[in-house]
Amino acid sequence: MSEKVLMKGNEALAEAAIRAGCRLFFGYPITPQTEVSAYMSKRMPQVDGLFLQAESEVAAINMVYGAAGAGARVMTSSSSPGISLKQEGISYIAASDLPCLVVNIVRGGPGLGGIQPAQSDYFQAVKGGGHGDYHLVVLAPASVQELVDLTAEAFDIGDMYRVPVMIMGDGMLGQMMEPITFGEPKKRNLPEKTWATTGTAMQRKKNVVNSLYLTPEELEELNNERAKRYAAIEENEVKVELQQVEDADLVLVAYGVTARIAKTAAAIAREKGMKVGLIRPITLWPFPKKEIANAAKSAKCFLTVEMSQGQMVEDVRLAVNGAKPVHFYGRNGGIVPTPDEIVKEMEKLLGGANE
Amino acid sequence: MTQIILAGFGGQGILFAGKQLAYAGMLTGKEVSWLPSYGPEMRGGTANCHVILSDQEIAAPMIQSPDVLIALNQPSLEKFEKAVRAGGKIFYDSSMIDRVPENDEAHIFAVPATTIAASLGANNLANIVMLGKVLKESEVLTMDEIRMAMEKTISARKQNLLELNMKCLQAGFDYQA
Amino acid sequence: MKKVFERPHALSDVTLHYCPGCTHGIVHRLVAEVIDELGIEGNTVGIASVGCSVFSYNYFECDMQEAAHGRAPAVATGVKRALRDKIVFTYQGDGDLAAIGTAETVHAATRGENITVIFINNTTYGMTGGQMAPTTLVGQVTQTTPYGRKTETQGYPINMSEMLATLEGTAYIERVAADSVQHIRAAKKAIKKAFETQIAGKGFSMVEVLSTCPTNWGLSPAESMQWLRDNMIPQYPLGVFKEKE
Repeated sequence: MSEKVLMKGNEALAEAAIRAGCRLFFGYPITPQTEVSAYMSKRMPQVDGLFLQAESEVAAINMVYGAAGAGARVMTSSSSPGISLKQEGISYIAASDLPCLVVNIVRGGPGLGGIQPAQSDYFQAVKGGGHGDYHLVVLAPASVQELVDLTAEAFDIGDMYRVPVMIMGDGMLGQMMEPITFGEPKKRNLPEKTWATTGTAMQRKKNVVNSLYLTPEELEELNNERAKRYAAIEENEVKVELQQVEDADLVLVAYGVTARIAKTAAAIAREKGMKVGLIRPITLWPFPKKEIANAAKSAKCFLTVEMSQGQMVEDVRLAVNGAKPVHFYGRNGGIVPTPDEIVKEMEKLLGGANE
Repeated sequence: MTQIILAGFGGQGILFAGKQLAYAGMLTGKEVSWLPSYGPEMRGGTANCHVILSDQEIAAPMIQSPDVLIALNQPSLEKFEKAVRAGGKIFYDSSMIDRVPENDEAHIFAVPATTIAASLGANNLANIVMLGKVLKESEVLTMDEIRMAMEKTISARKQNLLELNMKCLQAGFDYQA
Repeated sequence: MKKVFERPHALSDVTLHYCPGCTHGIVHRLVAEVIDELGIEGNTVGIASVGCSVFSYNYFECDMQEAAHGRAPAVATGVKRALRDKIVFTYQGDGDLAAIGTAETVHAATRGENITVIFINNTTYGMTGGQMAPTTLVGQVTQTTPYGRKTETQGYPINMSEMLATLEGTAYIERVAADSVQHIRAAKKAIKKAFETQIAGKGFSMVEVLSTCPTNWGLSPAESMQWLRDNMIPQYPLGVFKEKE
């Protein structure tokens, strides 16, 4: 069980999903996550599961809707342009209170963009993406092992709160190999899916999976009920890694693989005598507001590093709430920032402070 | 921590050779990461992968200043030669590359890997010949450890290729300019 | 007293929202009767679509899902693949099935997805007030073809049954009409056949039902029936287009 294996992120995530009991995968090919589909097409038949290549991302997400409504553990995966196509379905899934897993192995955008790693889908993931008031729980692993662990967790969070969950990685995480173990995931006490459309068997009243409510009062009430679940998620499900924040003058904020690059940068900076810490949000929604606000009490400034033109930085600023300056450094279009670039940026910011 | 960049044409087995290093590292209890380039460039262009072996948690999986560069073609050498850190090592396939690497501070090892591999009847295994030389000239891993990795990573159907791989590995290890 | 007529069990005891003279009510009833007769209510999941029949999830007693516009065949695929022993049907109009959902329809059919599609063709987008549908007849006046559908700019009506019948994956395709007692009896037989096709595991089945829209056509219910006979049937001939053994 605990034997170490060397696996690509995309394949490890697929295997982790199967081990978490997912038996239905609906996909559509797109670089750089095609290995997920390839792996699923090979593995699913071995476990009496289903891999289905849909005619489009639109169809795939709606198949997920149907299967989730039928009570199944189900997932799809894609990359940025494909995730844009799935937004309609994601909104319906959220509105119908269905749990499922959507994986976005992000590539550079907008438009067709490129195929190299990026983090430019942050807004889309955490601020909606589709129409209406809803949230995805968004998990941003930084290593292949964490990707494995969070995949199992994603299904459980979805089932627990009846919400769709997104794992957001990038091309680097999807393509890289690291040693992993498939441990026994922590079991949560999950509610029965009494709402699923599995056929009444003439034993109960019918179940309806639906998001249409033409009476405003009824729609508002349902949205408010869902908002309570969102509040519970914000209360209970925040995951964040803090490193050397206590004495830091400058706190880096970064997620995913970028956070690992920031970690290297922080180590170099510490060697140079700069007091640098790191906050790595593991959940992008719910966002670790408290931890960041807390750090703002002691830090002199923040530097958010992203593979985008600056998206998460807005949430960092909201959390810091004007208490300290929040700076941004980013590369985009598929370019990965180097530790040296980040160190230079920190030297600029701390220039006077550490002399 | 040892940071290794392997680079060459798509099809030269760059990713495979990198995987042997990463796998062997894992089997010996190290932290490892293997980060490939991907996309259309893999088809005929330059492929590369970044392999890190470390006793501690690996932060950035991409390498800025490699300790070791293995270059199997000229474009790859040009891309990475200057990045190799002072005191680092550059291994290049001198049967494919007709100039000396430009990096005064690195140790340079010329290995006619493609020619050696061909002489052993293994046209595609210049990557493994190179790997043999790397094992010889650095303390990163042993021959036995790579053998263990190959036993795990070469599929059951292709186990007959194991011995040929080991032969090429040994030839690279034994090669003296 | 002997009961000679009653509501099928699978049809919910609620007031339908359909306009007077609309044939949705008839087709709902036929589907419900078939579900009763086959004894599959407890084993069936229906997929409602977007259009006038959007509320059909309120009208059938079996478990129901409401799909996004055009996506019912994809949703049905998801349900069927998750619950392989359940009976899954979609209930879709022509805008839903033959315009925005064409890809989902064609690919569910070509995969031989073992589901049943009830396809209501009334040549118009009813819910939004009578715009041109892909099935609108040449020359037909709608809200968005005020001068009649012109082939030069708006192309031709789409004959879905004929088209889908060409696909290997389809097992049973029939076009029927809801305009007369005789045709309605035939429609019920077709719907039953379609569900039986699914039960037998033969693959994709679809019944296209030529239907009326008195409100948007601007005709009385009786005139609508006649209009259907005079104008729709020549473009959309009735009959079985595919029947796999």
